[in-house]
Amino acid sequence: MPAETVSVTGWGRTAPTTARLIRPGTYEEAVAAVRDCGARGGIPRGLGRAYGDAAQNAGGAVLDMTGLDRVHAIDAAEGVVLCDAGVSLHRLMEVLLPLGWFVPVTPGTRYVTVGGAIGADIHGKNHHASGAFARHVPSFELLTADGTVRTVRQGTPLFDATAGGMGLTGVILTARVRLLPVESSLMAVDTERAADLDDLLARLTGGDHRHRYSVAWIDLLARGAATGRAVLTRGDHAPLDALPARARKAPLAFRPARLPTAPSFVPGGLLTRTTVGLFNELWYRRAPRTRAGELQRIPAFFHPLDGVPHWNRVYGRGGFVQYQFVVPHGQEEALRRIVRRVSERRCPSFLAVLKRFGEADPGWLSFPRPGWTLALDVPAALPGLAAFLDELDEEVAGAGGRVYLAKDSRLRPDLLTAMYARVDDFRELRAQLDPRGVFVSDLARRLSL
Amino acid sequence: MKDAFGLPQSLLVLGGTSEIALATARRLIARRTRTVWLAGRPSPALERAARDLGALGADVRTVAFDALDAESHETALGKVFAEGDIDVVLLAFGVLGDQAHDEREPLAAARVAQTNYTGAVSSGLVAARALQAQGHGSLVVLSSVAGERARRANFIYGSSKAGLDAFAQGLGDALHGTGVHVMVVRPGFVRTRMTAGLPEAPLATTPEAVATAIEAGLRRRAETVWVPGVLRVVMSALRHVPRGVFRRLPV
Repeated sequence: MPAETVSVTGWGRTAPTTARLIRPGTYEEAVAAVRDCGARGGIPRGLGRAYGDAAQNAGGAVLDMTGLDRVHAIDAAEGVVLCDAGVSLHRLMEVLLPLGWFVPVTPGTRYVTVGGAIGADIHGKNHHASGAFARHVPSFELLTADGTVRTVRQGTPLFDATAGGMGLTGVILTARVRLLPVESSLMAVDTERAADLDDLLARLTGGDHRHRYSVAWIDLLARGAATGRAVLTRGDHAPLDALPARARKAPLAFRPARLPTAPSFVPGGLLTRTTVGLFNELWYRRAPRTRAGELQRIPAFFHPLDGVPHWNRVYGRGGFVQYQFVVPHGQEEALRRIVRRVSERRCPSFLAVLKRFGEADPGWLSFPRPGWTLALDVPAALPGLAAFLDELDEEVAGAGGRVYLAKDSRLRPDLLTAMYARVDDFRELRAQLDPRGVFVSDLARRLSL
Repeated sequence: MKDAFGLPQSLLVLGGTSEIALATARRLIARRTRTVWLAGRPSPALERAARDLGALGADVRTVAFDALDAESHETALGKVFAEGDIDVVLLAFGVLGDQAHDEREPLAAARVAQTNYTGAVSSGLVAARALQAQGHGSLVVLSSVAGERARRANFIYGSSKAGLDAFAQGLGDALHGTGVHVMVVRPGFVRTRMTAGLPEAPLATTPEAVATAIEAGLRRRAETVWVPGVLRVVMSALRHVPRGVFRRLPV
């Protein structure tokens, strides 16, 4: 099995560490890799879209699971797919859309694996309607620290520890995923502008239940009366009869376009308050005040950034930090304070996203809980950012909220218990399941998971 | 582990009573650092330094370490790394010596060189190997502008720092791509016990300023840090001043 020593980072390109990268091509090789990963353990890795250090393991092994990428069986009648954990959502869409099925949950990128989707219990624009990813997984096969492969079914403690467990309970080998029937590969999208944060929250509260998907882009550089102004987009899979005649000939076509890759070297300091402010202004003005039923392709609606491979390089060598938190319903005041502070501080954040979460998910370390979630990107080199985000953490924790581990790269470890009430259960289960600590990551070391 | 801003959770100081190192430790404890090892010759000063840092909320431990006893470095540092990962090793020991006296006493001069250079070569390599095994970490080496160009007034100290600086740069190149980062810090005249009573040089700075620069350097993963930053320009000019002129400069 090929193994090379490489420098590994998350999508944010901060905090590189070195590990042996092992790429199992069979289940047997995966078992061997876990057995032989050595004193500093191993961690599975998919397509590396976690922003922080969740799929890094300094001095140990990183198991690149993208070599195990077979789609084994599709039950086209029931809408269930059985596939390897290394299969990407992109691949699933290519395979399933022509059959009239769509993935149950997709985040802002298609380039995540099924294993990663379970490990981070990812959410999408439909969380208020459909919950997070693992809710649509009846079962998966988990390779645990003792080298055995177990079938893990929904509703069991091991399932709930693994859903959102950041790869620390074992290596997911295959999974069953329940799919969503669609009549077309187009989205019917309503767009509206919100003048400020209160307007936005009111619109999201009032209208989310009418759409499967809902999300708001929020301009965090707008200040004063415009603080929290946003463009709200909501959509549903377009039914066949909503399609124009031409599109009806191939209603399930899926052909995402890709722009050239971002260059490997980008000078730092491109994303300043001025450039991002200009972008935000244009983005806000470009959006129609209100428009209903516009047909959009899946990539345009769900994954606009996937069009530019390696867009993370735009932040330059210093990399960037993504900050995503959720605060419960009833804590709108905390959300307002945070938005105001980010706006006043003039963090050059573009594509900041606000969304309303639905019911909580059962995963012990699953991120979503009913309330408001805001995600923003900031260049890591911004002076004073470390201390500023620490202050926001206090605000979030005080409001009964939490930050998203798949995006975290800097949380103060002692706040983890305040944010994730079941972290002790998680630690206890790991101690029993993996007493030698075979599965470990930089995230796990940093936060003492 | 270091976080996205390069802030360490654990710190090992070689030369545990160094004022610059302790200022750095205080600063890092105010951020993320929770474990601090102070390595130095056992003394009340070392214990006091540990107590003071402990009062800030860190778990502080001391370990016996003597820069002059190269044979003990493996054991002393091995003990520290056996307890867990070290995110930053700060190599901060060093002596200034007494130039006039040391010129007359070659053995005393050799002691300065052994502490500042030989001791750093041995402990630096031991630390580098341990960091390499854990696949991450920074080795921060306190060099000095004195090593950039030796002056008549303190060339014994200056030459030892020149050796240390060259060693640290080479080590940084050797470790490039291993996940281990080596950062050379070149402060100018720092107001500390070591320089007390000496005529103050221009652009004098404080241990706190050096600590601030170290934190910023860790965030940028810098390879060289000058304190104050303007010394980079000043020294690059001074480097090219002809010998005959340099000799007469009041630096």
